[in-house]
Formats: sequence, structure tokens, C-alpha cells
Amino acid sequence: MTASGRRWHDMGGDASDPVLPDEHDFALWEKRVDALLVLCNVKGLFTVDGLRRVLEDMGPEAFETMSYYERWITSVNQNLIENGVYTIEELGQRMEEVKMRGNTYGDAANG
Amino acid sequence: MPHDHHDHLSPSGHPYRKDDDVELTYWQTMEIAVRELLIEKGELTAAQITSQIDAMDARSPANGAQVVARYWTDPDFAEALLADGSQATRDMGYDIGPMKLIALPNTPTLHNVVVCTLCSCYPRNLLGLPPDWYKSRAYRSRTVREPRRVLSEFGVELSPDIEVRVHDSTADMRYIVIPNRPDGTEGWMQDQLAELVTRDSMIGTGLPKHS
Repeated sequence: MTASGRRWHDMGGDASDPVLPDEHDFALWEKRVDALLVLCNVKGLFTVDGLRRVLEDMGPEAFETMSYYERWITSVNQNLIENGVYTIEELGQRMEEVKMRGNTYGDAANG
Repeated sequence: MPHDHHDHLSPSGHPYRKDDDVELTYWQTMEIAVRELLIEKGELTAAQITSQIDAMDARSPANGAQVVARYWTDPDFAEALLADGSQATRDMGYDIGPMKLIALPNTPTLHNVVVCTLCSCYPRNLLGLPPDWYKSRAYRSRTVREPRRVLSEFGVELSPDIEVRVHDSTADMRYIVIPNRPDGTEGWMQDQLAELVTRDSMIGTGLPKHS
């Protein structure tokens, strides 16, 4: 909680910097994260409320240091583990296997 | 040189974001692992993921521009859009799913602007994915407090006698601004008019192009 009694993500009305007109074309891995969220929601594996709960619990430091889809994949993963779709051991093992495939996204994703 | 495009802009004029030919990140590794586990467990198929990305790529501000241009030219549609934005846009093939869509017509004395102070809610069915600035702390924080100043940072200077109304989106409710029809477009067809409707004019941080 902040001094105002609101949580960090409830930032409407706070003072902040000028708006910078940043935008970028989304990378394939970012689009895939977005697609996973939408499809998992449609399939009922978790809800958008679950997504937001984890995002909000990650706190302001994650908001400043991680990109949007980095935060999203963290939340998607957390929700899937909580709901028993796979275990944290399975995730850890798979991430090690992925890393062994190569040093770039293209190599590690097998294209 | 395989890596030299990082210094350039993509066809849309935006910089490329690092992707598949720079060093693998922890979060990219997680995305690959999560996706593969979901497929192996039989929850999703690779084809579903690909087609979801194709559907996402097909949604752009051109959808919203058609809605706005039709609002300007078709009084029955305008009435239907204001009565039930979700259904009226669904009927045009732009399904918003279970969410509620509210259309916000500007007038000569009213300017609407849309924000999501809590997160990044955005009418994706009409505008595609939200730009980075829409999700930034600066835009989320300040738009509800000093909207005229935020608008001026986008180059939109409104006279003091125009009311500015800010709309805060939620997970269940999305907004689209209907900008004022540009002068000098009497008799124009819907497709011609749609060319004038910019993405930012439908968020409220911009105005349509001139005729």
C-alpha cells in the first residue's frame, strides 16, 4: 500500500513524467505470450483476473525493470503452475533443455 | 550482414525490438518452455497458437476507422453503435467477445480521451494491440489528472471552451472515441472517410486527418 491507501498499480492521478510517444513492433515471442494468455483464458485454464492478480503482486519494481510481455509470461506461468497444468519441476527442466538448444531465440525455439 | 537491421526502422516506422537473432533471455526461455508444455499436455495445439497470432495481426486501427466512417455516413448504424457498441461492431465482424464496448462521440464542445489507469485495457478488436505509451506510467497516471497537458504533449491543443472528458477503461469495458467528421468531406464515401481516421483520434490523443 502507498501512503494514499492505494496499491501501486492504482496509479491514476499520480504525478509523473511527460508522455513519451514510444511504440515498437511486437516480436514473435511477445505475440506468442499474448496468444498463450488469450487461448488459456478461452480454454478456462485461468482468468484475466488471475493474470492481473500476479501482475499486481509483482509490485512496482517489476513494472519498472521488466518489459510488458516479460511480466505477462511470468504471470501466465504462475497461474498455470498454481492451477496444476504442469509443475515447477517440469518448467525448470524444460527451461534447461531449451537453453541447451542454442544462444538465440530462433535456435532455442527450434525456429 | 545478418544483424544490421537493428539500426533501422521497420516498414511501419517503428524500431525493431530484439528478437530471434540476439542473445536468448530468461523470459524468452520461459515462453518457449510454457508453450511447449501446454502443447505436450494437450491443452493447446501449435496450430491454435499460430492462428491466434494471425488473428491478432489482422486487427488494426483500420477496423476502428471503418466503424467511425460508418458512424459518420449511416445514421441507423450510428444509433445502433451508441445503443450497443459490442453488438454493432460484432455485426461488422469485429468481435469484442464478452466485453462491453462504449462509443464516445466527440462534439464541437466535447473532446473524449481514453485511458486505463489500472492496466492496459484497450479495444483490441478495433485498434489492435495497445502502443507502449498507452501502458506507460506517465500516460496512466497523468491523463486523469491533467488531460489537457497530456493532450498537448501529443500535439492536441484544445480551446478552453471545449470540455475534456476522460474515460477509464476496465477489464470488462472498452471505449472508442468517435472523432468529429472533418470539414469539407460532404458526400464522401465510407472508405474515403476511413482513410482520415487515425488510431490516436480513436483514443482521443489525436485528431483525424484533414480532408
